[in-house]
Amino acid sequence: MHTTDTIKDTEHHGPSYTLFVIIWAILLVLTGVTVYAAEIDLGFLNVVMALSIATIKASLVTFIFMHLKYENLTFKIMVLMAFAILSIFIGLTFFDTAYRVAV
Amino acid sequence: MSEHPKDYLGAKMGMWLFLFTEILLFGGLFVLYAVTLQRYPAEFHEASKMLDTTMGTINTIVLITSSLFAALAVTALQKADIKKAKIFLILTIILAGVFLVNKYFEWGAKIGHGIYPGSPDIADWAPGKQAFFALYYTMTGLHGIHIVIGMAVLGWIYWLIEKEKCTPDYFIVLENGGLYWHLVDLIWIYLFPLYYLIA
Repeated sequence: MHTTDTIKDTEHHGPSYTLFVIIWAILLVLTGVTVYAAEIDLGFLNVVMALSIATIKASLVTFIFMHLKYENLTFKIMVLMAFAILSIFIGLTFFDTAYRVAV
Repeated sequence: MSEHPKDYLGAKMGMWLFLFTEILLFGGLFVLYAVTLQRYPAEFHEASKMLDTTMGTINTIVLITSSLFAALAVTALQKADIKKAKIFLILTIILAGVFLVNKYFEWGAKIGHGIYPGSPDIADWAPGKQAFFALYYTMTGLHGIHIVIGMAVLGWIYWLIEKEKCTPDYFIVLENGGLYWHLVDLIWIYLFPLYYLIA
């Protein structure tokens, strides 16, 4: 039983069927865009483009499908921190490998 | 309602914390992928062309759709529409199975052509190209294991709904199972462009 007010904030506020179907349609369109964009040769920009579209898709899944948009601030900060740590992890690796001199 | 106190937010927070460990598990492999791509861009480009983009695209659509059904199942149960929740859950699991069958044919075709780690047929390939396929099998394999686990978890939740242990008043188990399933979808959203579209 959930009686306290703080709990109410994140409860039963899930999105409707319609919103989910709309997000699903957007995800499919973005999949089409990323497949199409890969056909055009942009060099290194291809990787940037593919990862940008993937990140938009990932945000839609996280915020809507996973209800993060409807959660309280604590959850949002937790998820932000997890991704910040992952970025530091990836970023610092490249401070090393990007400046290595070929032997 | 059971006699045990239920901590709805605590249960959900615990699930998210678990998902963070999953993100870091795959994160390590993504770092390895990124560093290897930077070292062998031409070989990765060449090796990526050998993967079937159509198969990859179909699996992306299958997984996104199965994620939709998982999200719909949670909403249905919250709205006390148990029948619909069960149908959506079954559809989620069926599409997970379709994903695995596609993966089976994809891997099967590659292994049939002698492309697998340690295969004598690719021993004389450029190291970067071999590394691409080593990473491909490791990451899609680990992802595939997650699909199998997800199917088992969602199947177990179906049974809980059947037994009325997961109900419109107490749906956190389904919500957490759904979170796990969306994470599996999330990882594929990155795996797909990195392996199939880099060419």
